[in-house]
Amino acid sequence: MTLRVTDHPILGKLEKKKAVTFTFNDKQYTGYEDESLAAALLANEIRTLRHHEESGSSRGIYCNIGHCFECRVSINGKQGVRACLTPLKGNMIVESHGKLPTPVRDWRSSDE
Amino acid sequence: MNNVIIIGSGPAGLTAAITCAQKGLEVSVIDEYMKPGGRLLGQLYEQPDGSWWNGINESKKLFQQAVNLGVQFYLETPVFNIEKKDSLWVVYTDKETFQTTNLLLATGAAEAPVPIPGWTLPGVMSIGAAQIMTNVHRVKPGNRGLIIGINVLSSAIAMELKLAGVDIACLALPKNNQITHESAHPKKVLDSLLHVAHMAPSTFVKLGSKLMKNNFMKELGVTFYPRNGVKMWDIPIQLKKAVIEIYGEQEVEGVTIASISSKGEVIEGSEENIAVDFVCIAGGLYPLAELAALTGCPFHYIEELGGYVPLHNEQMMTPVEGLFVAGNITGIEGAKVAAAQGKIAGLSIAKRSGKHQLDEDLKDAVQQGADTRKNAYIQFHPEVDSGRRRIQEEWEEYLVNNTVQFF
Repeated sequence: MTLRVTDHPILGKLEKKKAVTFTFNDKQYTGYEDESLAAALLANEIRTLRHHEESGSSRGIYCNIGHCFECRVSINGKQGVRACLTPLKGNMIVESHGKLPTPVRDWRSSDE
Repeated sequence: MNNVIIIGSGPAGLTAAITCAQKGLEVSVIDEYMKPGGRLLGQLYEQPDGSWWNGINESKKLFQQAVNLGVQFYLETPVFNIEKKDSLWVVYTDKETFQTTNLLLATGAAEAPVPIPGWTLPGVMSIGAAQIMTNVHRVKPGNRGLIIGINVLSSAIAMELKLAGVDIACLALPKNNQITHESAHPKKVLDSLLHVAHMAPSTFVKLGSKLMKNNFMKELGVTFYPRNGVKMWDIPIQLKKAVIEIYGEQEVEGVTIASISSKGEVIEGSEENIAVDFVCIAGGLYPLAELAALTGCPFHYIEELGGYVPLHNEQMMTPVEGLFVAGNITGIEGAKVAAAQGKIAGLSIAKRSGKHQLDEDLKDAVQQGADTRKNAYIQFHPEVDSGRRRIQEEWEEYLVNNTVQFF
């Protein structure tokens, strides 16, 4: 079932927009040009945008207007870009960030 | 060089830009979002006269008017610092650095989160996120959701989600803890809910708003509040149920909800699971004011205005020379009040820029702002008037001990 609201009782029909393709973690998807990347991903039913740098737990959009930085992804190689503030362009290469090696931790038990 | 830079292109920023441009000033508007309109974009509700307030159209109208008057827009441009050098403001953005003699902060509001176990799972989002996704981007946040937090904003957005064909299992309270306290207390929530009652077609809530004026009636209202909730726009409002946990392996799969006493305590053994694919958290709005803090502007905590607000007077001036504020950065209110404040700020800026004979206009605009507040359809805090009085008192007290460069 599509999540796109194509017909709205008050806002009317969805205006025709140009479809473009992009990749997210090496898979190809279709979205509308200049819609937010977060919206394009959600319309493709993608909710997990990254994994937490330290815990590795999955994360997605939270505030959707740039305040919380939960939706940060890498776009065309640039890291830490907010998906909710980025207009989608054709051929965009989007990648999730994953868990990082944790430099600060309690090594005592594992190093013994 | 600009006469004025406005940070934020919501109803306050856009109206201020229009007002300044009409008075012949050079105006630039900076906003990090990709579309102008701010939170106005998502708004959609039926007004008392039966017409629809459509935030997208309202935003377009204001934007077009500003563009026609020669206002420069810098969208997708996050501001990360401001500082004053000599008598000029320097505004640092991701793209370029701007300079201006007058700076208006119209940065709006942010949503307060309500931490609940499971709230970082993908599929959990703020209520405003769901609104923007649905109305602006026209993508549903999911097929079936549940809203945690019962307040003016969440009730209004629940109806908007329903309009777009999204199934809402219910609105429920967050589980009582140190952080959620008042928002988890049925009587306190009922108190605030009565202020949206006029928007609801349910006789219980409508009658309630007239009947429950005194505390005794409210106590009775909560005690006898139907266990299955009442319905607003056919969505169950569960004042006597609280969400204990949001669960899911990698993403939201559902929530565990339990019955609570009228004091907000969980009734053991009443837990049940509700399957949903998204959850909205509605913790209320607070003024987004970090940029004002960078300028050294004094702040005051005023609960009726939603939190810490930069000190300002009713002409939207701050004690920092050349710094103005308008919209929700000054206190949480509706878009129409924000726009009225934008007009006041615009006139104040024009006056400081040497435009003459604006005193009458300014006085009228301040009065218009007060009238707009009085006639507001949605009141975010019932005591907003007293909050506004308090900040004005703080301003007057500040003037006793400090010199402020006016115009």
